[in-house]
Amino acid sequence: MIKFKLNGKEVTTTADANTPLLWIIRDELGFKGTKFGCGIGMCGACTLHLDGAAIRSCSFPLLGAENKNITTIEGLENNHPLQKTWIEEQVPQCGYCQSGQIMQAATLLASNPSPSDQEIVDHMSGNLCRCMAYVRIKSAIKNAADSMSAEVQTFDPRATTQQS
Amino acid sequence: MKTIKDEKNNISLSRRRFLVGSVSGSLLMAFAPLLGATGLSQNAQQTLKDKLFSPTVWFEINPMGEININIARAEMGQHIGTALARVVADELGADWSKVSITHVDTDPKWGYMVTGGSWSVFQSFKPLSQAGAAGRIALIEAAAKILNCSVDECRVENGAVIGKDSAISFGDIVAKGTFNRTFTPEEIGNLPLKPASQRTLVGKSSSALDIPAKTNGSAVYGIDVELEGMVYARPIIPPTRYGSKIKAVDDSAAKKIKGYIGYHKLQDPSENLQGWIAVEADTYYGAIKAADAIKVSYQAGERAKVSEADILKEGERLVADKNEGGLFIDDGDFTAASEKAAKTIDAIYRTHTVLHFALEPVNATVEEKNGQWHIYTGNQWQSLTLPAIAKALQVTDEKVVMHQQYLGGGFGRRLFGDYAIPAVLTSKAIGKPVKMVFTREDDSGFDQPRSPSVVSFKASFDKTNKFTGMEHALAAGWPTLTMAPGFMPESLDKKIKIDMFSTSGADHWYSMDNHRVRAINNKLAQETILPGWLRSVGQGWIVWGLESFIDEIAHQAKADPIDFRLSMLDGLGKQAGKAPESVGGAKRLANVLTLLKKKVSTVKLAKNEAIGVAVSAGQEKTMPAWMACAAHVHVEPDSKKITVKKLTMMVDAGVIVHPDGALAQVQGSMLWGTSMALHEQSPIENGQVSKVNLNTYSPLRMNDVPELDIEFVDSKEFPVGLGEPGVVSIAPAIANAIFQITGVRVRDLPITSEAIKNA
Repeated sequence: MIKFKLNGKEVTTTADANTPLLWIIRDELGFKGTKFGCGIGMCGACTLHLDGAAIRSCSFPLLGAENKNITTIEGLENNHPLQKTWIEEQVPQCGYCQSGQIMQAATLLASNPSPSDQEIVDHMSGNLCRCMAYVRIKSAIKNAADSMSAEVQTFDPRATTQQS
Repeated sequence: MKTIKDEKNNISLSRRRFLVGSVSGSLLMAFAPLLGATGLSQNAQQTLKDKLFSPTVWFEINPMGEININIARAEMGQHIGTALARVVADELGADWSKVSITHVDTDPKWGYMVTGGSWSVFQSFKPLSQAGAAGRIALIEAAAKILNCSVDECRVENGAVIGKDSAISFGDIVAKGTFNRTFTPEEIGNLPLKPASQRTLVGKSSSALDIPAKTNGSAVYGIDVELEGMVYARPIIPPTRYGSKIKAVDDSAAKKIKGYIGYHKLQDPSENLQGWIAVEADTYYGAIKAADAIKVSYQAGERAKVSEADILKEGERLVADKNEGGLFIDDGDFTAASEKAAKTIDAIYRTHTVLHFALEPVNATVEEKNGQWHIYTGNQWQSLTLPAIAKALQVTDEKVVMHQQYLGGGFGRRLFGDYAIPAVLTSKAIGKPVKMVFTREDDSGFDQPRSPSVVSFKASFDKTNKFTGMEHALAAGWPTLTMAPGFMPESLDKKIKIDMFSTSGADHWYSMDNHRVRAINNKLAQETILPGWLRSVGQGWIVWGLESFIDEIAHQAKADPIDFRLSMLDGLGKQAGKAPESVGGAKRLANVLTLLKKKVSTVKLAKNEAIGVAVSAGQEKTMPAWMACAAHVHVEPDSKKITVKKLTMMVDAGVIVHPDGALAQVQGSMLWGTSMALHEQSPIENGQVSKVNLNTYSPLRMNDVPELDIEFVDSKEFPVGLGEPGVVSIAPAIANAIFQITGVRVRDLPITSEAIKNA
């Protein structure tokens, strides 16, 4: 049996330890916001946080999550500044990649509250958006960074996970 | 000959009446047939109560004033529900904050269901406006009675009717009034519609209704559906699209996989699947592992050895043989023009196989309940898909219902939903609900890829080096031939039936005295892959060659490429346009090109840089979005590395219903065009696409995004579709810039540095 924290709540599973974390989160624990895209960690649709770091859950074994804090898009609880700017900038088209985009971007802002354009591009180029909403993804990240520095607070995914 | 666009446009106002009636406390409004085969009641209220209407336009208002608008179109990123709902709500005078949308399931009475071709806004604009206007009039009539004033003294504003000295909300009108009103077709035709200046929602900024759910993980896609008691399944895709036979199956290794249930060979009476196996397990990961562990030996189909080069070679043979194919355009006399010519130039343009690669792999979750099959999936063309599912199950169409989910990308792959067929066959075989999900590799292997294409061009010039005529011949696999052959019209010479989706774009807006187009199906492509409709379809590969070759003609004629185009965009004769969809004709294309020319005239170019230009009028001759694109490109002198620095686009698409959604579509489609121009190809090897995942297939990422400058012309003309046309002009604009920088004319898509080096 493997135990970890999912969006702040303790969960357990008896699934095979090699099962990619994605399938446990989606099919066993029912958090469908994290998506399956390529299965080889190259599209980013399955991105979630493990102790605050972005990982590709389609290629990450369940065993690696043992006793860790996992946060999915649902764990942001509509409170993350990125979720607000994502709506303001009307970023999603089909929307399928957007959970992963937001989770990937959140780790950038957690460590770098005012990223340059190039830093955003470098951090985000592993996440494919097939609708190619890249222009808006970039501007929504910049605007979120601006709003966060205006409020003089930074978002720490670990903090949210532990509170809720 | 009916086109798919006409088939879907099932609200012919000469045949429909509009009903307004109170049903179960709510106010229901819908178009309905004038007289049904069963002799419909003439009573609006009863007809609505019995749901005997045609809900392509169908909405209701409850006593709280909440308005729900039913949408029969698929949501795949274009925010179509928002655009359509705003058309209704604007004429109705609704409070937008109280408007919601529902995506409806399939039902024969819904009418023809297809979302594609960039048609939705184009086809729905008028009937939706009229429906909104009729609803407004009915509400005003009821309010006037309640408020004790005359109809003329009332107007609507933000969800209320304002009378002489008092007002009443839509919700209160619905609660207090009883509606039973029928508008005749004549009345509908004469309804006063708002002039553009008085619109409050159409053309104004707004937030798309589907977006919030797409920022918090709550939007439900096909892949998110679960059913009680379901098993997971994954297909094993055979070595060829057609004709593979299973010789032997060994699942001894799979039996060691946790959760493995078993496998089934799928017998498909619809013949879409040939040589398929479904693997079942109690988890999806179990199904992935088990399918990997099962050993299958096949007798592969006839086309198991075909390569990309074979298909292109066949294409080159076909375009060179004048007896192949059928005529699509034959204006003037090109044969005479070329015989008289002092000079001719020719060229062959090609495109390589590309994938849809929608990020949500295709999937379907299905169950049979009391003889009724329920299919949960995202699909663009239910009216094509549902009969195929029924045929596979050997049941009548009435026994199948498709429950529409959000589409994790469509791009044409989810038009013909053949991916639902293995799911239902597996469910039938195992007697349980089934969730079948394709892995990425499965999805690519079962794609309906864009066919490799070959287009030959020839242009003639007289003694004074004046351009006198052009001929092109187009050879590719044809999507419509396999998937919807009933929608193919005869060629001009009556020799063959033509796939209009594989010719669109060759009927350009330039005035040419002599112009001939021959369309040819590449049978080898057709038998090797199932050629797909891929965003922008024929325009994507045809205009690539056309707009590059127009530049070649301009250079031969020693003319500036922009001025040369403008000289042929005179809007005369057949290029004058038609009301309502192409008022102004080629002159509107000339207008966007002139505006573009002005816009880029002051750009300062660095060394090894140039600006190439191309125009397009996708998605069809009968529905043109006028676009002119300038690509500012840099080519590194040694490595020939190509960098697109900036793309500038001038767009005239008539009235823009949902401006932010329209901008998003043009941004996305321009980057699609860039990706198709420079980044994507999955060549056919051994009868199948060879690049099936992101380790080898490489769509554009954020680090390759050029600067975009998009400008919409303020237009009062009829709105046209925008989902695809932005793709079309990008590749030729880039190639035209590359020619200016390097002197090399690239003629293959995708364009590669090697092609420039090796020239």
